[in-house]
Amino acid sequence: MKKLSARRRHPLAALVVLLFALAVTGGLYAAFAPADKAQADDTAQSLAIKEGKKLFAVGCASCHGTGGQGTSDGPSLVGVGAAAVDFQVGTGRMPAQQPGAQVPRKKNIYSQAEIDQLAAYVASLGAGPSVPGKEQYSKDGADIAKGGELFRTNCAQCHNFTGKGGALTNGKFAPTLEGVDPKHIYEAMETGPQNMPSFGDGSLSPQNKKDIVSYLGAVNSDDTPSPGGLGLGGLGPVSEGLFGWIAGLGALIAVAIWVAARTTKAKKS
Amino acid sequence: MSNETSATTTRRGQAPRGERIADWADGRLGIYSLAKSNMRKIFPDHWSFMLGEICLYSFIIIILTGVYLTLFFHPSMAEVTYHGSYVPMHGIRMTQAFESTLDISFDVRGGLLIRQIHHWAALVFLGAMMVHMMRVFFTGAFRKPREVNWLFGFLLLVLGMFTGFTGYSLPDDLLSGTGVRFIEGVILAMPLVGSYLQMFIFGGEFPGHDIIPRFFTVHVLLLPGIMLGLLVAHLILVFYHKHTQFPGAGKTNKNVVGMPLLPVYMAKAGGFFFLVFGVISVIAAVASINPVWAIGPYRPDQVSTGAQPDWYMGFAEGLVRVMPGWEWDIWGHTINFGVLIPILIFPLVLVAIAVYPFVESWVTGDKREHHILDRPRNAPTRTGFGVAWLTAYLIMLIGGGNDLWATHFHLSLNALTWFVRIGFFVGPVVAFIVTKRICLGLQRRDRDKVLHGRESGIIKRLPHGEFIEVHEPLNQEQLHTLTQHDQPKPFEIGPEVDENGVERKVKRTTKLRAKLSKGYYGEDNVIPKPTPEEYKEITSGHGHH
Amino acid sequence: MSETGRHEDVPEKNLPGERDTAHGGAVETADNPFADPGLPPHEHRIQDIDERAAKRSERAVAFLFTLSMLATVGFIAAYVIFPVDEITYIWPFGHVSALNFWLGLTLGVALFCIGAGAVHWARTLMSDEEVADDRHPIEAAPEVKAKVMEDFRAGAKESAIGRRKLVRNTMFGALALVPLSGVVLLRDLGPLPEKKLRTTGWKKGIRLVNQSTNLPLRPEDIAVGSLTFAKPEGLEEDDHEFNQKIAKDALMLVRIQPQNIKDKQELDWSHEGIVAYSKICTHVGCPISLYEQQTHHVLCPCHQSTFDLADGGRVIFGPAGHALPQLHITVKDGFLEAVSDFAEPVGPSFWERG
Repeated sequence: MKKLSARRRHPLAALVVLLFALAVTGGLYAAFAPADKAQADDTAQSLAIKEGKKLFAVGCASCHGTGGQGTSDGPSLVGVGAAAVDFQVGTGRMPAQQPGAQVPRKKNIYSQAEIDQLAAYVASLGAGPSVPGKEQYSKDGADIAKGGELFRTNCAQCHNFTGKGGALTNGKFAPTLEGVDPKHIYEAMETGPQNMPSFGDGSLSPQNKKDIVSYLGAVNSDDTPSPGGLGLGGLGPVSEGLFGWIAGLGALIAVAIWVAARTTKAKKS
Repeated sequence: MSNETSATTTRRGQAPRGERIADWADGRLGIYSLAKSNMRKIFPDHWSFMLGEICLYSFIIIILTGVYLTLFFHPSMAEVTYHGSYVPMHGIRMTQAFESTLDISFDVRGGLLIRQIHHWAALVFLGAMMVHMMRVFFTGAFRKPREVNWLFGFLLLVLGMFTGFTGYSLPDDLLSGTGVRFIEGVILAMPLVGSYLQMFIFGGEFPGHDIIPRFFTVHVLLLPGIMLGLLVAHLILVFYHKHTQFPGAGKTNKNVVGMPLLPVYMAKAGGFFFLVFGVISVIAAVASINPVWAIGPYRPDQVSTGAQPDWYMGFAEGLVRVMPGWEWDIWGHTINFGVLIPILIFPLVLVAIAVYPFVESWVTGDKREHHILDRPRNAPTRTGFGVAWLTAYLIMLIGGGNDLWATHFHLSLNALTWFVRIGFFVGPVVAFIVTKRICLGLQRRDRDKVLHGRESGIIKRLPHGEFIEVHEPLNQEQLHTLTQHDQPKPFEIGPEVDENGVERKVKRTTKLRAKLSKGYYGEDNVIPKPTPEEYKEITSGHGHH
Repeated sequence: MSETGRHEDVPEKNLPGERDTAHGGAVETADNPFADPGLPPHEHRIQDIDERAAKRSERAVAFLFTLSMLATVGFIAAYVIFPVDEITYIWPFGHVSALNFWLGLTLGVALFCIGAGAVHWARTLMSDEEVADDRHPIEAAPEVKAKVMEDFRAGAKESAIGRRKLVRNTMFGALALVPLSGVVLLRDLGPLPEKKLRTTGWKKGIRLVNQSTNLPLRPEDIAVGSLTFAKPEGLEEDDHEFNQKIAKDALMLVRIQPQNIKDKQELDWSHEGIVAYSKICTHVGCPISLYEQQTHHVLCPCHQSTFDLADGGRVIFGPAGHALPQLHITVKDGFLEAVSDFAEPVGPSFWERG
């Protein structure tokens, strides 16, 4: 120790410390940085971030701040991750059209490439869930029935038995999941957009999420059979009651009018 | 026919086979006397008189399909793991009740159809009872001598609601299980006995293993049995009283004008059964109802948004939803008004319409028999009350589905709840006033029509240049129809001091009655119908326009 | 008009009398323009005067009955042809069960055509002449009533029920008591409540198990803004009593930034902002779990009671009468576990809740 302190004023000491610090930083970086396959296309990634930053400045910065740090009009995007961007922009929710109880899904105005660039930029602001790979939400290896049970435990309370959506407080609502890309459903579970709680891997394992996505694919798609006939929106007794009154009683009363009506009389000539 | 019969009789010395069978039956059952008074019974023709038939026929359809369903349904809460034909349920734990419902839907050929006919017919049954009741109400058909039959009908409606509810619960699916949980909460909210009742009804803690089998007995035996009895009594009284009729030429309080049971009504009413069954079958073919496979089996920790009962319980559901959360803790006891008050208002609102005939006859003092129906406009107060009642009912029905109305009309759930809270009190009052004004307006128009004739739409120019519309005088039939109704004077207490100056004691109820009677027949509540004198004066005075 | 006249024979002197007989038939009163003209003369239908039209009706009725027969044949054919699990696309109903659709349609047509045939027959071929039938008063004539009253009095006298009061009173007593047997028999419908509604499966040291993954929960599994459902360790789905247990034990876990938690006790009972609330609504017991992570409100889908999870589970809207019960949790060996049972009964309130 004494030796070291004695030589601390050596002309080469600064150089040694500098080298040591560099080595430690580099080593730590190597140890902790996400082992990204992007290592090879490092430049492509940084290019994407650069492009994303431009897009961000045009489309998002007015609410989320120039650095995505958030303003009074929009939350901070530091740490929301690429999955959140892919979901919000991919489903057309962002950029938002107007303030309101909730930002609804609408037509997406960005290409997938642009969304990826935006996502890369926002992901660079702070670590967060990344966009899931296709194998994570594909049907292969999924248990639909288990997914149904999980859906009824975790999701149906807001989104209805088969994902037709439902009401929340003060004008907010859980949207219908009909026609939503499985990837976006997966991302919504990961990131918890707007008032939806998130379901990280601690509360729903990746396999759980895969099961849920597959269940929705089976019960809430254009080809889902409705053996009994018209699904009436899948909303339960309210739409059934309306149908029973309008089509059922309506038809029966029309028939009753015919049964009781007088037959046309012959014209007197 | 009779000629032929006698011819055969003489030829073979024996009556034809049909007649012999009838003779045999008559000797034991007295069918000829029964047929004498009923075979050619007259029924008036009007579409609204067939609403009760819709109820009767949908009830028969429900019984027929219900018997079929019991052949396959297992009312058991024993738990099994599903391995049937519906793939998205494979390996899910469920009760036998739910499993057998899936089997009826997916493995029994035609089972799904019968299930759907059963359920659609139930919705139609309750709806038709409502409409039938409204017809009877607005036309005053509940008046003497039919008050008791009104009560029978009312009981059928109430029992129908509970039969429907217990049936809806039987598949033990997630939606209906949530409804049963609600019932448990209601039972628990009963002061003093709630937790005991809950334990007895469910055979232990919720959900237990007993409630589905118990509901099954209630649904297929107890309630339908009582309903069948009431239904028969209801029909016997309809036959006994003979049907009411709308006013018109030749129709009096002492006759009934229409067509005979045999053959016209045998064909029309009998045919109507097949028509009702046919329509409901087609509906069951094209529209899905209660797809339990999409809903999933009941588990007390699972739920779906949009958890509603069938429509006929929507009124009660609405009351429960919009009630503020009041709860008292007094001396270690909890009274849950948030549940208790709606559950008390629910029967009170129903009873309000059930006892109406008695209230009306007390207020008006009318003890006569009525077989000619009122035109609703000629009883503005009653019509106003009926519309007010319906308004309250409909507003609560909206309350019962407030989450779906909110999402589908982009409204705030909370704002909608407040709308229903206020609307339940304000809506009926507004509806009453508006309806009464409309009725009086229509009475004025009737008066106008009688005195000045019908607007013909023909414009005539008089020699001095004035334009007038030609009014066509009504024929006598129309004049009679528009003027045949009663316009009684309101009940009056009379002078409070008699001729000797002694004060007469007037009971408070008598005062109330006088006040209400004024509400029915007082000057502001009736437009005097034209008298023959007025009519003659006008028609002879300046002739027809 | 006649109604204003006769007052003598009605109980209420302000009411009009029975409808005048002038209305009772086709009596034309010369000086009353509103008098009932009586039943209008019967008019004939085309079918009554034109045999060809009647023949057409006959054919229409026969056609309907024939169609019904064909539809029944179709029903049987459909029953045989279509497998129970065949799904076909039928516009505009969607992907429906072929069997259900064709069975329902053929059955409907078969039934409807019988009805339509019968009604068409009645409307066009049976006589449509309206006839009047007399009504008779429902009330018995005074002499009938007198006879009945007399009979009744005779019967009552002969039974001596009014005179022998002891017989009468004991009979009423016996009749009043005998239904009690039936009431007593209902006792075994279920157990007594005892403490059943006050206790749950949670107690000190029971770990919180994730309902979805079936793994014990660690604090790091629960992120801010997430929602997780938990059950007590040891409770498995295939337990016989699973439903009764989960009806009280179901738990929802959320994490709120500790500085956002307004209620002191809630903070004390949480672990680093992780709060565990009963999933069972205090209104009527629906599993309440519509959690809005930004507002920390949780809504019940059944009756819209809304609770604030950042403020002790307080009711902020709807019919629920008291706050959601919170479970006191802690961490041991890296896993979340309960410190005790709920401090109050979960689920809907009841008389003895206090």
